Amino acid sequence: MNFTKTLINGEEGLFKSETLTPMQKLTLRFVVVGLVYFGFVVIEGMLMRLYEVKPLPFITEPQFFAILTAHPLVGIFGSTYSIVCGAFLFLVPYLMKKPLWSIKMGNWTFILITAGTFIFWSAGFVSHYSPLYTLYWPLPADFSQFSVWGGTFFILGIAIVMAGTALFIINIFKTITYTPEGWEKQRAGALLSSALGVTGFNNLFRKNKKEHLVPLPVAAVARGSVDMALNTITILFTGVLILVYMVGAILGFDLKETAIDALLYKNWFWWGLDLIADGLVLIFVAGTWYLLAMMITGKPLFMQNIARAALLVELVVSWTVWSHHLLSDQAQPSILKVLSGEMVTAFELITQGLAFFITLATLWSARPLKMTNPLKFLLGGLLGFALAVPAGIMQADVGLNRILHNTQWVVGPHVHVAILVGLTMTLYSAIYILFPILTNGARVYSQKLVNIHFWCHLVGGIGMGAFMGMAGLSGMLRRSLYVNGEFNTTMILAALSGTLILVGFIAFFFNIVMSVGLKGVLGIFTPARIRTRDLLPE
Amino acid sequence: MVDSKMVLTGQTIAYTIYCIVIILLVAWFAWKVTHEGNGKGVKPAIFYTFVGFLTVLGVSLHLITLNTIPWTKVDLNRSEYTPDKTFTITVKDHQFILPSEKMIINVNDLVLFDVKSEDLTYGFGLFRKDRSMLFQMQVVPGHRNDVLWRFDRPGIYTIRSTEYSGPKGSHMVIDDAVEVVSGNGAN
Repeated sequence: MNFTKTLINGEEGLFKSETLTPMQKLTLRFVVVGLVYFGFVVIEGMLMRLYEVKPLPFITEPQFFAILTAHPLVGIFGSTYSIVCGAFLFLVPYLMKKPLWSIKMGNWTFILITAGTFIFWSAGFVSHYSPLYTLYWPLPADFSQFSVWGGTFFILGIAIVMAGTALFIINIFKTITYTPEGWEKQRAGALLSSALGVTGFNNLFRKNKKEHLVPLPVAAVARGSVDMALNTITILFTGVLILVYMVGAILGFDLKETAIDALLYKNWFWWGLDLIADGLVLIFVAGTWYLLAMMITGKPLFMQNIARAALLVELVVSWTVWSHHLLSDQAQPSILKVLSGEMVTAFELITQGLAFFITLATLWSARPLKMTNPLKFLLGGLLGFALAVPAGIMQADVGLNRILHNTQWVVGPHVHVAILVGLTMTLYSAIYILFPILTNGARVYSQKLVNIHFWCHLVGGIGMGAFMGMAGLSGMLRRSLYVNGEFNTTMILAALSGTLILVGFIAFFFNIVMSVGLKGVLGIFTPARIRTRDLLPE
Repeated sequence: MVDSKMVLTGQTIAYTIYCIVIILLVAWFAWKVTHEGNGKGVKPAIFYTFVGFLTVLGVSLHLITLNTIPWTKVDLNRSEYTPDKTFTITVKDHQFILPSEKMIINVNDLVLFDVKSEDLTYGFGLFRKDRSMLFQMQVVPGHRNDVLWRFDRPGIYTIRSTEYSGPKGSHMVIDDAVEVVSGNGAN
């Protein structure tokens, strides 16, 4: 097949969108939108990388900070949430061997996350609203710096994403606990207990152990969804609070900003944000590693009961860990700094270390394995977290935080390596393993492009994190601009590493388009011709 | 005496060694898992040893820093110390309002910086001439923000806001605002 024909029809014309079930289409839509938003994030990241070397003439300083505000939010909500929601709305029913509770609700999740992300991104782009994702009070309501209308649309966009997230959570728990029509009645309470880990906990004190009704990866999704629910409540509450001030300003009332205690707000907001960063991300990632290891090897998970217990511990840890973000806040009580900030945070080294070991041990039990694309990217994801988690533990130390807080160290070796290398490579592994299932046997266009993507992403991600880290150790702050080339050596190297990530992403995106064809991409967004609630065609 | 530069050098060496080891370990694993095997699993004893190792590592990091980084104990118990000198600083409208144009400190003085914000959340950090950080803290409105620091060598420091407070925050820099001198130059 020549290039043009492959571009239009996909590799060997194997992908036929008309054969897809509604569930396959829904999942693929999430993945396509998630990847498009990831493209936004990569381009924004590159613009900022270049700006850190030399300010670009077509970007003003307020615009730079608007990009800095949108960048992580588009990455987490527009890209990661899209891919994760799509994958889990497919995998939970797939593993539970029953249909999704509501495809309609799944479609609404897709629409709300996609639209909400676009609304807040556009609001930032047009108005340069830039309080950053941290929204430290009273900055989001500082209308001497920011447009009140821009802020209103920005916060509304975030609230719409949260509404989509809430529907996702309901759908996941209903899918775990409901009984499909015509089936023998399933005990919802027992299923929920198993999913949340109550059964496993009670088994510790029982002679006759009860069996686990829910597979381990589904338990991980359920427990991560608990954090997702709490986080949704926190962000929605905060959004409403900020909107009250914005509506007040629009109507001409100056609500007194000091009515809210800035430190209490900071504690509340970090408690909620850490349910993502130190909660659902780690739990979802561990669950995905376990699923990938089992699918790659075809073997049961090593130390399955310990893995279940570790997921439960991680959930509790995620509720009590937030104070490591306030180690430099001198009014924060010392007891919270030491207990929550240092000690509980150190537990993440253990829980994530266990997940790392259990996944490797499961793979080890099935050697020799073939170096497939899912295995390759899974190992990349494992390496990413192995590098990033200890970096985070180091900065979550009262002494070290005094000289590391808000430097490029925090966002380089910790945040970017965790997200770009750890999380994203795990997601790529999941995409590669699900690709033939979701496309009814379509084939990847070029293995060479997969390898280019893998090495560019891995080397670029680790390189960028390392050079940002070096700049941080030399005193370069995050969220600050250095316009006189003060840190140019490390910033140029970080920009070159970022370029590698961009090259890798272009290789991946081109490869996927060539695999399914332009016709196939468009076909994913047309209504399904098959009327079924089944996940896969018969 | 151990200063923040020395601590960061130690951290850089330790973390770099760790990174090299873990990258080599994953590379070795990738090679082994795809090249040979007898289908035998990992012994649980190795797993439990690993769990023990992680536990010791997680706890020992904080114990080591508590006992080796000189400012940690001072910071956690700063109300028990009497400073040799106190500087009260106000931040408002993205401006630092300093008690004097240049704050002069004697070597070995224990100095309290008491910084108050009248509007937004800011940061307060001291930076050396080579731009490396000496220390920083957050400046939260409506709360006391104080940091106690012993200056053990002469030097000139720049003040910079270390927390984002809107686009203007990037320009909150006062060069050479703090000078540490030998002898009794500050008196």
